[in-house]
Amino acid sequence: MAKFLRPESFSAATEDLSLLPFNFERTGANQYLVANMVGDFVHLSEEELNRLVDLQVRPGDGLYEKAYAAHLVTGANQKAQRQLLAARLRSRMSFLQHTTPLHIFVVTLRCEHSCPYCQVSRQSTDRSRFDMSEQTAMRALDVAFGSPMARIKIEFQGGEPLLNFPLIKKIVAAAKQRPGKKLDFVIASNLALLDDAVLEFCKDNNVLLSTSLDGPSDLHNKNRPRPSANSHELAVAGIKRARETLGPDRVGALMTTTEASLERVDEIIGEYLRLGLDGIFLRPLSPFGFAVKTKQYAKYDAQKWLAFYERGLRRILEINRQGTPFREFYAALLLTRMLSDRPIGYVDLRSPAGAGLGALVYNYDGSVFASDEGRMLAETGDDTFRLGHVEHDSYSSLILSDKLIGAISSSLTQCAPECSTCVFESHCGADPVYHHATQGDALGIKPLSAFCARQKGIMGLLLDILERSPEDAAILRRWAAA
Amino acid sequence: MTLPLYGTASQSAGFFSDKPRSVLRLRSVDSAAERLAADFAIVRTPDDIRRAIEADWPSVLVISDSSIDLPGTFNGRLAVVPPKYDYLADGDVIGFDHASRKFRTLFRRNSAHNSFLVTERCNNYCLMCSQPPKNVDDRWLLGEIKESLPLIDPAIRALTFTGGETLSDWEDFIAVLKECRDRLPATAVQVLTNGRAFADSRIVDAWKDIGHPNLMAGIPVYASIDYVHDHVVQARGAFDETILGILKLKDRGQRVEIRVVLHALTAPIIEDTGRWIARNLPFVDHVALMGLENTGFAIANDAMLWMDPVDYSSGLARAVDHLSAAGVNVSVYNLPRCILPKSVWPHALQSISDWKNGFVEECDRCDAKTSCSGFFTTGRPRFSRGIQAITAG
Ligand code: SF4
Ligand code: SF4
Repeated sequence: MAKFLRPESFSAATEDLSLLPFNFERTGANQYLVANMVGDFVHLSEEELNRLVDLQVRPGDGLYEKAYAAHLVTGANQKAQRQLLAARLRSRMSFLQHTTPLHIFVVTLRCEHSCPYCQVSRQSTDRSRFDMSEQTAMRALDVAFGSPMARIKIEFQGGEPLLNFPLIKKIVAAAKQRPGKKLDFVIASNLALLDDAVLEFCKDNNVLLSTSLDGPSDLHNKNRPRPSANSHELAVAGIKRARETLGPDRVGALMTTTEASLERVDEIIGEYLRLGLDGIFLRPLSPFGFAVKTKQYAKYDAQKWLAFYERGLRRILEINRQGTPFREFYAALLLTRMLSDRPIGYVDLRSPAGAGLGALVYNYDGSVFASDEGRMLAETGDDTFRLGHVEHDSYSSLILSDKLIGAISSSLTQCAPECSTCVFESHCGADPVYHHATQGDALGIKPLSAFCARQKGIMGLLLDILERSPEDAAILRRWAAA
Repeated sequence: MTLPLYGTASQSAGFFSDKPRSVLRLRSVDSAAERLAADFAIVRTPDDIRRAIEADWPSVLVISDSSIDLPGTFNGRLAVVPPKYDYLADGDVIGFDHASRKFRTLFRRNSAHNSFLVTERCNNYCLMCSQPPKNVDDRWLLGEIKESLPLIDPAIRALTFTGGETLSDWEDFIAVLKECRDRLPATAVQVLTNGRAFADSRIVDAWKDIGHPNLMAGIPVYASIDYVHDHVVQARGAFDETILGILKLKDRGQRVEIRVVLHALTAPIIEDTGRWIARNLPFVDHVALMGLENTGFAIANDAMLWMDPVDYSSGLARAVDHLSAAGVNVSVYNLPRCILPKSVWPHALQSISDWKNGFVEECDRCDAKTSCSGFFTTGRPRFSRGIQAITAG
């Protein structure tokens, strides 16, 4: 029998080692959080980080093992780790193969609510002025069917889209008649106008309903004034009816955060639980349209919102620990990115940005926008994200428009100052519309950005729970796996 | 018990000397199946012999401890093997060396654990190898396999090819796998390989071109760190080639199983290895975490390798958790139930091949015996101090 060699015989010499790309951030006096190219995290002390950068690592010293397993260091002549990183990056970015899966039709701007933060709605009853025409709708369908996706989602928005229900029916029928694409439909409605005819239509055509629910009745009604002050009552009744008729997974609810919400996250979550919903999306208030005009947005900053978010997340974890599965959807999204390489093309959290590439918005008047927020900006006179018009544009002329290419290419996190070296970059996204709205620049100065502060805050919080609270970490891991 | 798969015939006659060895398929005397030249009637009693001659069998294999007198009119082929090979039955295939009268059972139709040894050569030299590599010209083994394939019942559910490194003569071996594709398309074919050959794109392309509908490469990965794996397999650069090989296979849509043998060098880090696989290779088709078979080199390296499984079972459970949380299909092989945390039980399989599987006395009063892997009977079995019957009470 030949002699067996000892472990030292298999370790590489220092000159054969090579660093792989990584980002890092100081997390404490002597502590760094380090992320490899695909966003796997490790903690290193300052001394370890310095030794690593100088390649003063040797098999057996503990640091070599940590750095090698995390793809921070490799053998200069080795290929596997580079190929692994490439394969994983390819998987993470493969959402780019799915261009414009979402098409939003603003079938009317009219609404019977008058919410103070609402970006765009009009109480007008002047149909001819604020409803989408059938001709515009059919042209918009031409554009939507011009996208290369085999499956697209058509979402109806408003205003209150059910005020133009006849057009929704026509669009669904016409879309189904066209060959070549699988279709999903969603109506985003406050459900105040939900009736048997609408429910039956949704059932027959497999249409999902998405509604707004801001929390308990007084909060919701304050946020969403309506002549008879019964918005909450109608939304709750609508959710229940829709669940009964269409099935529990065919209706979803979204909350809008206002200053009044900030102290009441437990109650808001309680309301979602009470209605049997399986989770909640704790959203920040967007800084667009009327929200800016009414100074709602300025009333609280990112730190206040983060405190709200953390309290909410911890409450949700407690609910899970007590045996009721319930998720916070934004955390679930981030965790999927942090713990797996599944491609997540979520429109508001990707780079290249989801504007246009993830969704196109067809406004009632035929203008086409790169995102819903871009449309809201236009309502206040800023046409930066108005890509064109259905009458004289095609899918490719919109997607290849200078405006869109400019917005997307100038906001890439992969090469933006601050983002390109940020430890969270792999899991973050570009939001050119937000940064344009708040800073007048698609890229934005990240240290001044509330978006950035929220991202860092939430990811830091999630990492902290994953590392320190095993029971909660197990719950978070389940969210990522689902 | 250990089934004897190797032996020497006490008597043989009629084998031509134009080739050194033959592959024989055994048939019951009354078999009505079409007779091929390789078919031998299997006989145990004088009465069987009489019936075989009446049925005109030109070739006969006798299982008996006494010498056999056949009628002078019989001038076909004859081999006599001792009664401990009584398990041989209709449809089984054996390889027979004419000069030495040595034979090896190559295939048992009633077993779920059929494997062909492809070669004893290997470019790894694993510290715990159960089949220590030999640098010999054993290409005749592949020839024997080629001869065996047409004799194998196509209804067989699973077939394994093992080594040595099965891809040592990759072109010839891939030709054998193409035979499997044509003759055994319904069989799950598993090839145990160290995976290093797949770092070569020519080989992985050829593998892809086989096109067997149910072919899996079983590849060992012992650590997430290069030199730790390389030390276990005693080959510098092996980790890099193996991981590259796995990536290239998956890139071409081929099925891959990762196999981790657990011993004192791999078991203490199994949680890290499991987490690393979950994070980096979640797209593999199966991960098997396997107790050590204490035979071959494992005996020589016992002092370096032995670790009582109870001492790593909680790390093993965490590795299983990481893998299943990432959606990876994970199994635990060769480890008795009583030493495994309950969370691992759904993953623990009765994995030890029937011919080398046994239990200890304690197992007789255990409720889990029918679902337990039990132990290897080969080599020098070592038992955990944690073995304790699982009882309802
Ligand atoms: S926006 Fe902020 S958190 Fe996101 S990548 Fe850029 S710097 Fe990092
Ligand atoms: S006592 Fe024997 S049969 Fe029972 S679990 Fe342990 S090893 Fe298996």
